[in-house]
Amino acid sequence: MGNAQESNQYELTVNDSRYVISGAWLGESLLYVLRERLGLYGSKNACEQGECGSCSVMMDDVLVCSCLVLAANAEGREIKTIESVADGSQLSDVQEAFIDTGAIQCGFCTPGLLVTIHDFLASNPEPEESEIKEAISGNLCRCTGYGRIVEAVQLVSIRRSERDT
Amino acid sequence: MDFLIASSTEDLCELLAEDPTRQLLAGGTDFMVEVNFRHRDVSGVIAIDRIEDLKQWRHDGDSVLIGSCVTYREIERGPLSTLIPALAQSARTIGSPQIRNTGTIGGNLATASPAGDMIPVLLALGALVNIRSKSGTRQLQVDELITGVKTNSLQEDEFIESVRVPVLRGPQEFLKVGPRNAMVISVTSLAMVTDIDKEYIGIALGSVSASPCRSKEAEYFISENIDWNNMTVQSGAIENFERLIRESANPIDDHRSSSAYRTHTIGVLGRRALFRIFRLEN
Repeated sequence: MGNAQESNQYELTVNDSRYVISGAWLGESLLYVLRERLGLYGSKNACEQGECGSCSVMMDDVLVCSCLVLAANAEGREIKTIESVADGSQLSDVQEAFIDTGAIQCGFCTPGLLVTIHDFLASNPEPEESEIKEAISGNLCRCTGYGRIVEAVQLVSIRRSERDT
Repeated sequence: MDFLIASSTEDLCELLAEDPTRQLLAGGTDFMVEVNFRHRDVSGVIAIDRIEDLKQWRHDGDSVLIGSCVTYREIERGPLSTLIPALAQSARTIGSPQIRNTGTIGGNLATASPAGDMIPVLLALGALVNIRSKSGTRQLQVDELITGVKTNSLQEDEFIESVRVPVLRGPQEFLKVGPRNAMVISVTSLAMVTDIDKEYIGIALGSVSASPCRSKEAEYFISENIDWNNMTVQSGAIENFERLIRESANPIDDHRSSSAYRTHTIGVLGRRALFRIFRLEN
Protein backbone atom coordinates (compact mmCIF):
# COMPACT_ATOMS: atom_id res chain seq x y z
CA MET A 1 0.00 0.00 0.00
CA GLY A 2 1.60 3.20 -1.20
CA ASN A 3 4.16 4.49 1.20
CA ALA A 4 2.65 2.88 4.21
CA GLN A 5 4.42 -0.08 5.60
CA GLU A 6 2.92 -3.24 6.97
CA SER A 7 5.34 -4.92 9.26
CA ASN A 8 5.48 -8.03 11.34
CA GLN A 9 9.03 -7.08 12.05
CA TYR A 10 10.45 -3.70 12.85
CA GLU A 11 13.71 -2.07 13.71
CA LEU A 12 14.47 0.24 16.62
CA THR A 13 17.37 2.62 17.07
CA VAL A 14 18.08 2.92 20.78
CA ASN A 15 21.12 4.81 22.10
CA ASP A 16 22.64 4.64 18.62
CA SER A 17 22.33 0.84 18.45
CA ARG A 18 19.98 -0.89 16.06
CA TYR A 19 17.76 -3.75 17.13
CA VAL A 20 15.45 -5.92 15.04
CA ILE A 21 12.25 -6.86 16.83
CA SER A 22 10.52 -9.85 15.28
CA GLY A 23 7.80 -12.26 16.29
CA ALA A 24 6.46 -9.78 18.82
CA TRP A 25 2.87 -8.65 19.31
CA LEU A 26 2.59 -5.31 17.56
CA GLY A 27 0.59 -3.80 20.43
CA GLU A 28 3.59 -3.74 22.75
CA SER A 29 4.63 -0.39 24.20
CA LEU A 30 8.11 0.95 23.72
CA LEU A 31 8.65 0.64 27.48
CA TYR A 32 7.81 -3.08 27.37
CA VAL A 33 10.13 -3.68 24.45
CA LEU A 34 12.99 -1.69 26.02
CA ARG A 35 12.78 -3.66 29.25
CA GLU A 36 11.57 -7.11 28.30
CA ARG A 37 13.06 -7.57 24.83
CA LEU A 38 16.17 -5.38 24.86
CA GLY A 39 17.12 -5.76 28.51
CA LEU A 40 17.30 -2.01 29.09
CA TYR A 41 15.92 -1.91 32.62
CA GLY A 42 16.78 1.71 33.39
CA SER A 43 13.39 3.01 32.21
CA LYS A 44 11.01 2.01 34.99
CA ASN A 45 7.55 0.53 34.66
CA ALA A 46 5.11 1.83 37.24
CA CYS A 47 1.79 3.10 35.96
CA GLU A 48 1.64 2.24 32.23
CA GLN A 49 -0.68 5.20 31.74
CA GLY A 50 1.59 8.21 31.42
CA GLU A 51 0.93 9.41 34.96
CA CYS A 52 4.26 8.84 36.67
CA GLY A 53 6.99 9.68 34.16
CA SER A 54 9.31 6.95 35.42
CA CYS A 55 9.58 5.57 31.87
CA SER A 56 10.54 8.92 30.30
CA VAL A 57 12.79 8.68 27.23
CA MET A 58 13.71 10.98 24.37
CA MET A 59 12.24 10.14 20.97
CA ASP A 60 13.64 12.27 18.13
CA ASP A 61 14.70 14.78 20.80
CA VAL A 62 11.21 14.99 22.28
CA LEU A 63 10.54 13.93 25.88
CA VAL A 64 7.88 11.21 25.97
CA CYS A 65 6.54 8.50 28.24
CA SER A 66 7.75 5.29 26.60
CA CYS A 67 4.70 3.44 27.95
CA LEU A 68 2.52 5.60 25.68
CA VAL A 69 4.55 4.94 22.53
CA LEU A 70 3.63 1.98 20.37
CA ALA A 71 7.03 0.32 19.91
CA ALA A 72 6.38 -0.51 16.26
CA ASN A 73 5.68 3.17 15.65
CA ALA A 74 9.12 4.09 17.00
CA GLU A 75 10.74 2.60 13.91
CA GLY A 76 12.85 5.16 12.12
CA ARG A 77 13.08 7.35 15.21
CA GLU A 78 16.05 7.98 17.48
CA ILE A 79 15.38 6.69 20.97
CA LYS A 80 17.61 7.80 23.83
CA THR A 81 17.10 6.20 27.24
CA ILE A 82 18.58 6.76 30.70
CA GLU A 83 21.32 4.30 29.72
CA SER A 84 22.73 6.98 27.41
CA VAL A 85 22.93 9.71 30.06
CA ALA A 86 26.24 8.71 31.66
CA ASP A 87 29.37 8.40 29.55
CA GLY A 88 30.56 4.99 30.65
CA SER A 89 31.37 5.31 34.33
CA GLN A 90 31.50 9.10 34.03
CA LEU A 91 28.22 10.37 35.45
CA SER A 92 26.45 13.33 33.86
CA ASP A 93 26.35 16.65 35.71
CA VAL A 94 22.69 16.10 36.58
CA GLN A 95 23.48 12.70 38.07
CA GLU A 96 26.34 14.22 40.09
CA ALA A 97 24.04 16.97 41.35
CA PHE A 98 21.43 14.41 42.43
CA ILE A 99 24.10 12.72 44.55
CA ASP A 100 25.47 16.00 45.92
CA THR A 101 22.08 17.30 46.99
CA GLY A 102 20.70 13.96 48.18
CA ALA A 103 17.88 14.06 45.66
CA ILE A 104 17.52 10.29 45.69
CA GLN A 105 15.78 8.10 48.21
CA CYS A 106 14.34 4.84 46.84
CA GLY A 107 15.60 5.77 43.37
CA PHE A 108 12.69 4.41 41.36
CA CYS A 109 11.72 7.78 39.88
CA THR A 110 15.33 8.88 39.36
CA PRO A 111 15.93 7.63 35.79
CA GLY A 112 12.81 9.36 34.50
CA LEU A 113 13.66 12.55 36.36
CA LEU A 114 17.21 12.57 35.00
CA VAL A 115 16.00 12.23 31.40
CA THR A 116 13.41 14.95 31.99
CA ILE A 117 15.86 17.35 33.64
CA HIS A 118 18.50 16.92 30.95
CA ASP A 119 15.86 17.80 28.36
CA PHE A 120 14.52 20.73 30.40
CA LEU A 121 17.91 22.36 31.09
CA ALA A 122 18.88 22.09 27.44
CA SER A 123 16.07 24.49 26.54
CA ASN A 124 15.98 26.49 29.79
CA PRO A 125 19.49 26.76 31.28
CA GLU A 126 18.60 29.25 34.04
CA PRO A 127 15.13 28.34 35.21
CA GLU A 128 12.99 29.86 37.92
CA GLU A 129 11.87 27.51 40.69
CA SER A 130 8.29 27.58 39.37
CA GLU A 131 9.54 26.56 35.92
CA ILE A 132 11.46 23.64 37.42
CA LYS A 133 8.35 22.47 39.23
CA GLU A 134 6.28 22.65 36.07
CA ALA A 135 8.98 20.81 34.09
CA ILE A 136 9.08 17.89 36.54
CA SER A 137 5.33 17.85 37.15
CA GLY A 138 5.01 14.66 35.09
CA ASN A 139 7.55 12.77 37.18
CA LEU A 140 6.12 11.43 40.41
CA CYS A 141 8.41 10.96 43.40
CA ARG A 142 6.83 9.53 46.53
CA CYS A 143 9.91 9.80 48.79
CA THR A 144 11.72 13.09 48.56
CA GLY A 145 9.01 15.73 48.57
CA TYR A 146 10.83 17.19 45.54
CA GLY A 147 12.76 19.83 47.51
CA ARG A 148 16.17 18.29 46.91
CA ILE A 149 15.31 17.46 43.32
CA VAL A 150 14.59 21.14 42.69
CA GLU A 151 17.88 21.96 44.47
CA ALA A 152 19.72 19.54 42.21
CA VAL A 153 18.37 21.27 39.10
CA GLN A 154 19.41 24.65 40.50
CA LEU A 155 22.88 23.28 41.31
CA VAL A 156 23.36 22.04 37.75
CA SER A 157 22.24 25.40 36.43
CA ILE A 158 24.79 27.22 38.64
CA ARG A 159 27.61 24.81 37.84
CA ARG A 160 26.99 25.06 34.10
CA SER A 161 26.97 28.85 34.15
CA GLU A 162 30.19 28.88 36.25
CA ARG A 163 31.80 26.43 33.84
CA ASP A 164 30.81 28.53 30.85
CA THR A 165 32.14 31.84 32.19
CA MET B 1 -2.80 -7.17 14.61
CA ASP B 2 -1.64 -5.31 11.57
CA PHE B 3 0.12 -2.00 11.94
CA LEU B 4 0.48 0.62 9.25
CA ILE B 5 2.10 4.02 9.12
CA ALA B 6 0.21 6.49 6.94
CA SER B 7 2.53 8.81 5.03
CA SER B 8 -0.02 11.31 3.68
CA THR B 9 -3.70 12.19 4.00
CA GLU B 10 -4.35 10.53 0.61
CA ASP B 11 -2.64 7.41 1.87
CA LEU B 12 -4.77 7.52 5.02
CA CYS B 13 -7.98 7.84 2.96
CA GLU B 14 -6.99 4.72 1.01
CA LEU B 15 -6.02 2.70 4.07
CA LEU B 16 -9.35 3.50 5.77
CA ALA B 17 -11.37 2.81 2.62
CA GLU B 18 -9.64 -0.56 2.32
CA ASP B 19 -10.51 -1.54 5.90
CA PRO B 20 -12.62 0.96 7.86
CA THR B 21 -12.24 -1.03 11.09
CA ARG B 22 -8.64 0.09 11.40
CA GLN B 23 -8.12 2.37 14.38
CA LEU B 24 -6.17 5.61 14.26
CA LEU B 25 -3.20 6.24 16.51
CA ALA B 26 -2.20 9.89 16.92
CA GLY B 27 -0.39 10.92 20.15
CA GLY B 28 -1.29 7.68 21.90
CA THR B 29 -1.91 9.28 25.28
CA ASP B 30 -5.37 7.72 25.59
CA PHE B 31 -5.02 4.93 23.02
CA MET B 32 -1.94 3.31 24.54
CA VAL B 33 -3.37 3.35 28.06
CA GLU B 34 -6.26 1.26 26.77
CA VAL B 35 -3.88 -1.05 24.89
CA ASN B 36 -1.61 -1.44 27.93
CA PHE B 37 -4.55 -2.38 30.12
CA ARG B 38 -6.09 -4.58 27.42
CA HIS B 39 -9.21 -2.43 27.36
CA ARG B 40 -8.96 -1.87 23.63
CA ASP B 41 -9.23 -4.58 21.04
CA VAL B 42 -6.65 -3.78 18.41
CA SER B 43 -6.74 -5.76 15.21
CA GLY B 44 -5.59 -3.03 12.85
CA VAL B 45 -3.90 0.25 13.66
CA ILE B 46 -2.84 3.13 11.45
CA ALA B 47 -0.36 5.61 12.89
CA ILE B 48 -1.14 9.10 11.62
CA ASP B 49 1.48 11.06 13.54
CA ARG B 50 3.94 11.23 10.63
CA ILE B 51 1.55 12.88 8.18
CA GLU B 52 3.15 16.27 7.62
CA ASP B 53 -0.09 17.97 6.51
CA LEU B 54 -1.76 17.06 9.80
CA LYS B 55 1.11 18.50 11.84
CA GLN B 56 0.90 21.97 10.30
CA TRP B 57 -1.11 25.03 11.22
CA ARG B 58 -1.54 28.33 9.47
CA HIS B 59 -3.04 31.71 10.21
CA ASP B 60 -5.19 32.99 7.40
CA GLY B 61 -7.29 36.10 7.83
CA ASP B 62 -9.56 35.90 10.82
CA SER B 63 -8.93 32.28 11.76
CA VAL B 64 -6.28 29.65 12.18
CA LEU B 65 -6.41 26.24 10.55
CA ILE B 66 -4.85 23.70 12.91
CA GLY B 67 -3.95 20.24 11.64
CA SER B 68 -5.37 17.45 13.77
CA CYS B 69 -1.92 16.18 14.80
CA VAL B 70 -0.71 19.50 16.14
CA THR B 71 0.35 18.81 19.74
CA TYR B 72 -0.75 20.47 22.97
CA ARG B 73 2.85 21.59 23.37
CA GLU B 74 2.77 23.52 20.12
CA ILE B 75 -0.51 25.18 21.03
CA GLU B 76 0.69 25.95 24.56
CA ARG B 77 3.73 27.89 23.37
CA GLY B 78 4.72 29.87 20.33
CA PRO B 79 2.50 31.98 18.07
CA LEU B 80 -0.71 29.98 18.60
CA SER B 81 -0.68 30.92 22.28
CA THR B 82 -1.15 34.60 21.43
CA LEU B 83 -3.66 33.97 18.63
CA ILE B 84 -5.88 31.69 20.73
CA PRO B 85 -4.88 32.31 24.36
CA ALA B 86 -7.66 30.26 25.96
CA LEU B 87 -6.74 27.23 23.87
CA ALA B 88 -3.13 27.64 25.02
CA GLN B 89 -4.27 27.93 28.64
CA SER B 90 -6.28 24.73 28.29
CA ALA B 91 -3.34 22.97 26.62
CA ARG B 92 -1.07 23.93 29.48
CA THR B 93 -3.38 22.29 32.03
CA ILE B 94 -3.36 18.94 30.25
CA GLY B 95 -1.26 16.15 31.76
CA SER B 96 2.47 16.73 31.96
CA PRO B 97 5.17 17.99 29.59
CA GLN B 98 5.54 14.40 28.38
CA ILE B 99 1.82 14.14 27.61
CA ARG B 100 1.67 17.56 25.98
CA ASN B 101 4.60 16.69 23.74
CA THR B 102 2.57 13.95 22.06
CA GLY B 103 -1.16 14.51 22.69
CA THR B 104 -2.99 16.23 19.84
CA ILE B 105 -5.96 18.54 19.30
CA GLY B 106 -7.53 15.97 16.97
CA GLY B 107 -7.15 13.28 19.60
CA ASN B 108 -8.76 15.51 22.23
CA LEU B 109 -11.79 15.97 19.96
CA ALA B 110 -12.09 12.39 18.70
CA THR B 111 -11.73 10.92 22.19
CA ALA B 112 -14.70 13.13 23.13
CA SER B 113 -14.21 12.88 26.86
CA PRO B 114 -16.60 14.99 28.97
CA ALA B 115 -13.36 16.30 30.54
CA GLY B 116 -11.55 16.95 27.25
CA ASP B 117 -9.91 20.25 28.14
CA MET B 118 -9.76 21.81 24.69
CA ILE B 119 -13.39 21.13 23.91
CA PRO B 120 -15.00 23.95 25.97
CA VAL B 121 -12.61 26.45 24.37
CA LEU B 122 -13.37 25.23 20.85
CA LEU B 123 -17.11 25.35 21.62
CA ALA B 124 -16.95 28.88 23.00
CA LEU B 125 -14.97 30.06 19.98
CA GLY B 126 -17.35 28.38 17.51
CA ALA B 127 -14.59 26.26 15.95
CA LEU B 128 -15.36 24.02 12.97
CA VAL B 129 -13.97 20.53 12.48
CA ASN B 130 -12.90 19.40 9.00
CA ILE B 131 -13.63 15.73 8.43
CA ARG B 132 -12.26 13.73 5.54
CA SER B 133 -12.53 10.33 3.93
CA LYS B 134 -11.89 8.87 0.49
CA SER B 135 -15.41 9.89 -0.51
CA GLY B 136 -14.96 13.55 0.36
CA THR B 137 -14.87 16.16 3.07
CA ARG B 138 -17.42 17.67 5.43
CA GLN B 139 -17.41 20.25 8.15
CA LEU B 140 -19.01 19.88 11.58
CA GLN B 141 -19.55 22.11 14.57
CA VAL B 142 -17.84 20.71 17.66
CA ASP B 143 -21.20 19.80 19.23
CA GLU B 144 -22.16 17.92 16.07
CA LEU B 145 -18.94 15.92 16.23
CA ILE B 146 -19.22 14.99 19.89
CA THR B 147 -22.34 12.94 20.52
CA GLY B 148 -21.90 11.74 24.09
CA VAL B 149 -19.45 10.33 26.62
CA LYS B 150 -16.48 9.27 24.50
CA THR B 151 -18.58 8.93 21.35
CA ASN B 152 -18.37 10.91 18.15
CA SER B 153 -20.23 11.10 14.86
CA LEU B 154 -17.29 10.13 12.65
CA GLN B 155 -18.01 7.37 10.15
CA GLU B 156 -15.61 4.44 10.34
CA ASP B 157 -13.66 5.53 7.27
CA GLU B 158 -13.45 9.20 8.28
CA PHE B 159 -10.76 11.10 10.12
CA ILE B 160 -10.36 14.61 11.52
CA GLU B 161 -8.13 16.53 9.16
CA SER B 162 -8.05 19.95 10.82
CA VAL B 163 -9.85 22.39 13.07
CA ARG B 164 -10.78 25.90 11.94
CA VAL B 165 -10.54 28.22 14.95
CA PRO B 166 -11.67 31.86 14.79
CA VAL B 167 -9.14 34.45 15.98
CA LEU B 168 -11.03 36.97 18.07
CA ARG B 169 -9.97 40.38 19.32
CA GLY B 170 -10.65 40.37 23.05
CA PRO B 171 -9.63 38.70 26.31
CA GLN B 172 -10.09 34.95 26.79
CA GLU B 173 -9.90 32.66 29.81
CA PHE B 174 -9.78 28.96 30.47
CA LEU B 175 -10.14 27.86 34.07
CA LYS B 176 -10.07 24.39 35.56
CA VAL B 177 -10.60 22.82 38.96
CA GLY B 178 -8.71 19.69 39.96
CA PRO B 179 -6.99 18.18 42.98
CA ARG B 180 -3.61 19.55 41.93
CA ASN B 181 -2.05 21.87 39.38
CA ALA B 182 -0.56 19.24 37.08
CA MET B 183 -1.38 15.77 35.82
CA VAL B 184 -5.02 16.20 36.52
CA ILE B 185 -8.26 15.42 34.76
CA SER B 186 -10.61 18.30 35.33
CA VAL B 187 -13.32 18.19 37.98
CA THR B 188 -14.87 21.16 36.23
CA SER B 189 -13.61 23.54 33.57
CA LEU B 190 -14.86 26.67 31.88
CA ALA B 191 -13.89 28.68 28.83
CA MET B 192 -14.88 32.30 28.31
CA VAL B 193 -13.98 34.16 25.14
CA THR B 194 -14.84 37.64 23.92
CA ASP B 195 -14.90 39.51 20.65
CA ILE B 196 -14.83 43.24 21.30
CA ASP B 197 -15.63 44.15 17.69
CA LYS B 198 -18.71 41.93 17.51
CA GLU B 199 -19.57 42.44 21.19
CA TYR B 200 -19.66 38.67 21.60
CA ILE B 201 -19.12 36.59 24.69
CA GLY B 202 -18.87 32.80 24.41
CA ILE B 203 -18.99 30.54 27.46
CA ALA B 204 -18.65 26.75 27.55
CA LEU B 205 -18.40 24.26 30.39
CA GLY B 206 -16.44 21.02 30.77
CA SER B 207 -16.89 17.97 33.00
CA VAL B 208 -20.38 18.95 34.09
CA SER B 209 -22.41 17.07 31.47
CA ALA B 210 -22.09 14.08 29.13
CA SER B 211 -20.34 16.37 26.66
CA PRO B 212 -18.87 19.83 27.15
CA CYS B 213 -21.61 22.37 26.45
CA ARG B 214 -22.25 26.06 25.81
CA SER B 215 -24.04 28.07 28.46
CA LYS B 216 -26.17 30.15 26.12
CA GLU B 217 -28.54 31.42 28.82
CA ALA B 218 -25.61 32.86 30.75
CA GLU B 219 -24.15 34.31 27.52
CA TYR B 220 -27.40 36.09 26.60
CA PHE B 221 -28.00 37.37 30.08
CA ILE B 222 -24.53 38.74 30.71
CA SER B 223 -24.33 40.31 27.23
CA GLU B 224 -27.11 42.64 28.34
CA ASN B 225 -25.04 43.72 31.32
CA ILE B 226 -21.70 44.38 29.65
CA ASP B 227 -20.42 47.80 28.61
CA TRP B 228 -18.09 46.87 25.76
CA ASN B 229 -16.56 50.32 25.45
CA ASN B 230 -15.30 50.26 29.02
CA MET B 231 -15.06 46.47 29.40
CA THR B 232 -17.18 46.58 32.53
CA VAL B 233 -19.99 44.41 33.84
CA GLN B 234 -22.88 45.42 36.09
CA SER B 235 -22.23 44.21 39.62
CA GLY B 236 -25.93 43.56 40.15
CA ALA B 237 -25.87 40.94 37.40
CA ILE B 238 -23.22 38.68 38.90
CA GLU B 239 -25.41 36.61 41.18
CA ASN B 240 -27.90 35.77 38.46
CA PHE B 241 -25.08 35.08 36.01
CA GLU B 242 -23.55 32.57 38.38
CA ARG B 243 -26.93 30.91 38.88
CA LEU B 244 -27.44 30.60 35.12
CA ILE B 245 -23.99 29.01 34.75
CA ARG B 246 -24.83 26.49 37.47
CA GLU B 247 -28.19 25.75 35.85
CA SER B 248 -26.60 24.93 32.50
CA ALA B 249 -24.56 22.23 34.21
CA ASN B 250 -25.87 18.72 34.60
CA PRO B 251 -23.10 17.00 36.54
CA ILE B 252 -22.89 13.49 37.94
CA ASP B 253 -21.34 11.98 41.06
CA ASP B 254 -18.34 9.87 40.20
CA HIS B 255 -14.92 8.86 41.52
CA ARG B 256 -13.50 12.26 40.61
CA SER B 257 -16.01 14.50 42.33
CA SER B 258 -19.54 14.91 43.60
CA SER B 259 -22.28 16.51 41.59
CA ALA B 260 -22.74 19.15 44.31
CA TYR B 261 -19.09 20.17 44.24
CA ARG B 262 -19.10 20.36 40.46
CA THR B 263 -22.21 22.54 40.52
CA HIS B 264 -20.62 24.85 43.09
CA THR B 265 -17.26 25.15 41.35
CA ILE B 266 -18.63 25.73 37.86
CA GLY B 267 -20.40 28.83 39.21
CA VAL B 268 -17.20 30.01 40.88
CA LEU B 269 -15.26 29.52 37.63
CA GLY B 270 -17.88 31.52 35.72
CA ARG B 271 -17.63 34.45 38.11
CA ARG B 272 -13.83 34.27 38.24
CA ALA B 273 -13.49 34.27 34.46
CA LEU B 274 -15.89 37.20 34.22
CA PHE B 275 -13.88 39.18 36.79
CA ARG B 276 -10.64 38.49 34.98
CA ILE B 277 -12.05 39.85 31.73
CA PHE B 278 -14.32 42.70 32.88
CA ARG B 279 -14.12 45.31 35.60
CA LEU B 280 -17.02 45.59 37.97
CA GLU B 281 -19.37 48.56 37.63
CA ASN B 282 -21.71 49.49 40.47
